[in-house]
Amino acid sequence: MNVIDIAFWIFAAIAVISGWRVFCTDSMVRASFLLLLSFIAVGLIMVLLNAPYLGIATVFMMAVEMMVMALFMVMFMMNPAGLNPMMMVHQHRFSIAAGVFVFATLTGLICVTRFTSNPVDPGLDSVASLGKELLGNSMLIFETAGVTLLATMVASVILSSRSGRFGTADTGAVPPPLEPGGEPAGRQPEQHSGHAHHHH
Amino acid sequence: MTLPAILIVAAALIGIGLYGTLSQQSFVMLMMGLELMLNGVMLAAVGFWSLTAGGLPTGQLLAIIVMAVMAVEMAVGFALITAVYRSRQADVTESLTTLKH
Repeated sequence: MNVIDIAFWIFAAIAVISGWRVFCTDSMVRASFLLLLSFIAVGLIMVLLNAPYLGIATVFMMAVEMMVMALFMVMFMMNPAGLNPMMMVHQHRFSIAAGVFVFATLTGLICVTRFTSNPVDPGLDSVASLGKELLGNSMLIFETAGVTLLATMVASVILSSRSGRFGTADTGAVPPPLEPGGEPAGRQPEQHSGHAHHHH
Repeated sequence: MTLPAILIVAAALIGIGLYGTLSQQSFVMLMMGLELMLNGVMLAAVGFWSLTAGGLPTGQLLAIIVMAVMAVEMAVGFALITAVYRSRQADVTESLTTLKH
């Protein structure tokens, strides 16, 4: 067992254990930092696997993403500081069974499969080869991802804006009445759940 | 560090992520489960690239695409959380029942 193997098992243990603790901690902010720890461990495993660009990019991207997540936790959720015990789960037994089943099935398949061995040449400059691929043969795929991200930005602004050009964002979501001038058709939202225009 | 070991770690991350996605009531915690599953997918992709593909550059491209999917999932998910919170004051999945029955 050499140094790389030992480092791999340490990072793997950190990734799995912190990923599991995400769903056990009382504080949602702590949960997002544990998830960040899991991502950093996976990023370091990628560095060990001779993919330094992907590993470091994962670390940077996830650091920012988990900060945004922690911010959303504080904005929306009760109990972000973890002062009270928190266990907000439903269908718990079924979820545990599903998770264990997927892990066992995948592990079984991994054990019975014979993988070809064609390791990456240690002398390969994987960052340069990725750059040549991104701006060469696979440029269309790369640009498609960029346009998809732009569409996502537009979509998230539309979804999260309070009001559109012609009134509040959910004006069009009210179904028309069954007879002229009547109540809107369909089920009404619960009264106590409130509505956005209460806050105007 | 063999390929089966890497894939088993990835399978563990996917299993934990699936558990979180199915069990959590809070929308943000649910999205954490999805992220954890994508984390496992990315680890498996890089493992395959490094140990069976012989450094084929398109393998790294696949991991970049998974990262883009992650960013899209995050942005649209948070926009949906904001929209649902605005119209229903809801932050847990149990509050959304209009599609039931």
